[in-house]
Amino acid sequence: MAKKSEMTPEIVAEHGLSESEYEVILDRLGREPNLNELGIFSVMWSEHCSYKSSRRHLAKFLTKGDRVIQGPGENAGVIDIDDGDAIIFKMESHNHPSYIEPYQGAATGVGGIMRDVFTMGARPIALMNALRFGEPTHWKTKQLVSGVVAGIGGYGNCVGVPTVGGETNFHKGYNGNILVNAMCVGLARADNVFYSAAKGVGNPIFYVGSKTGRDGIHGATMASAEFDDDSDEKRPTVQVGDPFTEKLLIEACLELMETDAIIAIQDMGAAGLTSSSIEMADKGGVGIELNLDKVPQREPNMTAYEMMLSESQERMLMVIQPGKEQLAFDIFEKWELDVAQIGKTTDTGRLVLKHNRKKVCDIPIAPLADDAPNYDRPHVKPDARPVLAASDIHETQDYNDALLRIMTSPNIASKRWIWEQYDRHVMTDTVDSSQSGGDAAIVRIHGTNKAVAITTDCTPRYVEADPYEGGKQCVAETWRNLTCVGADPIAITDCLNFGNPERPEIMGQFVGAIEGMNEACRAFDYPVVSGNVSLYNETNGQAIPPTPAVGGVGLIPDLHKYATLKGAKEGDTLVLIGETTGWLGASIYLSEILSREDGAPPPVDLSLEKLNGDYVRQLIRNRRVNAVHDLSDGGLAVAACEMAFASNQGMSLSGPVNGERHGWLFGEDQARYLLAVEKNSVNPVVSTARTKGVSAQIVGTVGGDRIQADGAFDVSLEKLRAANEAWLPNLMSGGS
Amino acid sequence: MQTAVIRFPASNCDRDAAVALEKVTGRKPLMVWHRETELPAGVGFVVMPGGFSYGDYLRAGAIASRSPIVRDIKAKSKRGLAVAGFCNGFQILTEAGMLPGALMRNKNLKFVCRPERLKVESSNSRFTQKYDAKSEVTFPVAHHDGNYFADKDVLSRIEKGGQVLFRYAENPNGSLNDIAGIVNEGGNVFGMMPHPERAIDPMHGGTDGLDLFKSILETI
Repeated sequence: MAKKSEMTPEIVAEHGLSESEYEVILDRLGREPNLNELGIFSVMWSEHCSYKSSRRHLAKFLTKGDRVIQGPGENAGVIDIDDGDAIIFKMESHNHPSYIEPYQGAATGVGGIMRDVFTMGARPIALMNALRFGEPTHWKTKQLVSGVVAGIGGYGNCVGVPTVGGETNFHKGYNGNILVNAMCVGLARADNVFYSAAKGVGNPIFYVGSKTGRDGIHGATMASAEFDDDSDEKRPTVQVGDPFTEKLLIEACLELMETDAIIAIQDMGAAGLTSSSIEMADKGGVGIELNLDKVPQREPNMTAYEMMLSESQERMLMVIQPGKEQLAFDIFEKWELDVAQIGKTTDTGRLVLKHNRKKVCDIPIAPLADDAPNYDRPHVKPDARPVLAASDIHETQDYNDALLRIMTSPNIASKRWIWEQYDRHVMTDTVDSSQSGGDAAIVRIHGTNKAVAITTDCTPRYVEADPYEGGKQCVAETWRNLTCVGADPIAITDCLNFGNPERPEIMGQFVGAIEGMNEACRAFDYPVVSGNVSLYNETNGQAIPPTPAVGGVGLIPDLHKYATLKGAKEGDTLVLIGETTGWLGASIYLSEILSREDGAPPPVDLSLEKLNGDYVRQLIRNRRVNAVHDLSDGGLAVAACEMAFASNQGMSLSGPVNGERHGWLFGEDQARYLLAVEKNSVNPVVSTARTKGVSAQIVGTVGGDRIQADGAFDVSLEKLRAANEAWLPNLMSGGS
Repeated sequence: MQTAVIRFPASNCDRDAAVALEKVTGRKPLMVWHRETELPAGVGFVVMPGGFSYGDYLRAGAIASRSPIVRDIKAKSKRGLAVAGFCNGFQILTEAGMLPGALMRNKNLKFVCRPERLKVESSNSRFTQKYDAKSEVTFPVAHHDGNYFADKDVLSRIEKGGQVLFRYAENPNGSLNDIAGIVNEGGNVFGMMPHPERAIDPMHGGTDGLDLFKSILETI
């Protein structure tokens, strides 16, 4: 044992542990921990690894379903998509590192989420990302956008996994804390999924991948604290990505997974060797002994503390079947990867580390997981905001100008500048991607005629206005987007980005959003199978808008029957599914035209969502529609413009069928879809809707080269498209 | 017809190339590891696939061009073996000295991925004989280093020799003379930055790439 360390309250505090947490450590060990042990407790009990503020609330989520093979608790969620195929997916945040060092922060975010997926036996087949930046005019925004986008592309493009979609928002609430949430979707055989629980005693533990360096030490602790003006000093804790090694790791691991050599496998993510070894041991109920002298090291004289807390990227830990060591060595050496047998499983239930022939850590594993803090933090519900009637909201006198302003506003403008830097086509199974501006990306299952649909969504201004309704809306919008392409929505992953949970009003947002999300999951039978929580997204006491990003996955069983928004044809009739009340509270119209962010957000009627969505999906399956688009930000007018751009057709809107004109065109009522329907299908589409109790209204026609609405706007399609495309390139090329 | 796709560490369009070859020949190509010293007997056409061999960590294609298998392919190409390189494969062929010129970083310094309209400059070649000369095709591009450069003499020689087979309609990367694809003097080694293997299925948005594979395979 290392010499008894002299722990001071300062050392304990520097490790982010509270006095009461330290008391528990003393109690369980029956002695003072040494520095290595303290470091291990510190990262394992950090918010990032232990979910100490969120665990009890996450437990409320629906996590089971007919197609769920593995829910939360493993590296990623696993769902069944028939024919022996499984989809493995997860979304994860890399917010803090991306703010400090945008290129590497975003790149390693992509690398980390891919490892979570291929660790379980899946070949990654698609990447998505949900990004939130500060105000476009903020001095740091351009640099962050360009670094984050280059980092995401630099990693995903090299590894050769298509980045097929995502979303990008700008809001002043993210000036000091951007959000970079990356999602990966992989394909595995349902009977060849790999898990992290170590089994057996005396089984060899292999380390594979990059060497361990001094990068990223205490990254998990950093991700569990607020920022202040000195945050730039945290730069050394950001990891550096090596996509080349990641690509070799994917190929080597998938090759080894075709044999029966692997008992358990876990990637080294946050808290590196510490959390990977402890999680494997804890899940399998075994002990682990590691000889740190065997760990491949990038620099000389690394201490045990540094090795255990390093977050060097592209590393995996596995328990290998005894007798298969040579097989594993051969495959990793073929791929020119560092590989070493660094330890073995034991029956002690303890984590024992040896370094320079000395025992430098000897702690029981169970308390690290079982006794991890689990706080019921106080939370208060925000005051309900008043419902604003459209008739009380100023109507623009210049609809042409209003439409132009909305279509060139930061959240609506084309993000081509971003997605043209991502390889969207590699693997040649991309059916639809950001390229068409559609609701969900569509990726074919290689060699088959079925596909997965993938989307990410969140409307933070709704969640801020009403966490419960906003939480419902995030889930409902993903469900709606998957429906728009004709997919059966199956399950979601989530990335819950919030401020400091020690503040009751932030905790209130968190609890409200989860309850709303869960309500929607249950209404749609649409479980949560994986996800992560990112708290402390605050700078100088200013929290981000609550942003529970949701990634949804669905199945298109037959690629002869899907839809996009590209297919509208001249002469088609526009049919609006769903009721319009003209809801302008918390809308884009309100923020962009009137510079107001007040009012209650649109309520989400989940049974109506289901009714309307199921009908739209049925129409797609019966090939009754040429194009489908959901109504969200900016309402009917924006949906019509986006369909017009993608289909290269003008649109003429009639109406208002009811209510105020600005509410009709820009209102953001939920559960609505815009359909382009061939003339001779209009009657059956509308009359069948009526028999099902679905609201279906004829709202216009497709054709020509203008975007028009009765008594409101009339602008050239090309002019509007050019303006919509120009906003982001202009921002990025302009002076700061 | 037996074909082969070379796999380098971090090739990532190797499977895509194999799918295209199988679609056209009806036969799976051989996947040849870069450390092999000799092509298997009977291979009539070799594809150097796209990707980021060795992470593009030196110059794109530079390390891969020194692989054992490339030495053998280069020797055999001098005796007439048909070889095509797409994207990273094109970069490897220029680095190996099997095609003239070099691929530099894109002019705007950014990775670019988009469907690109190309003009077929000549149908008088083994790689383009099935296209109409001066017709337009669309292949996707996806690269960071696709900016074709050659010195004045080389440029004038390949232009005069009819070695430029494809030009960009809207140059995405700053390539001299809008050059997208070239062939060697012998007419048996071809490289292009765009991806014909990503345009072989209506689901890709078009099938313009098929004729490129058909063109060369018919001559072997």
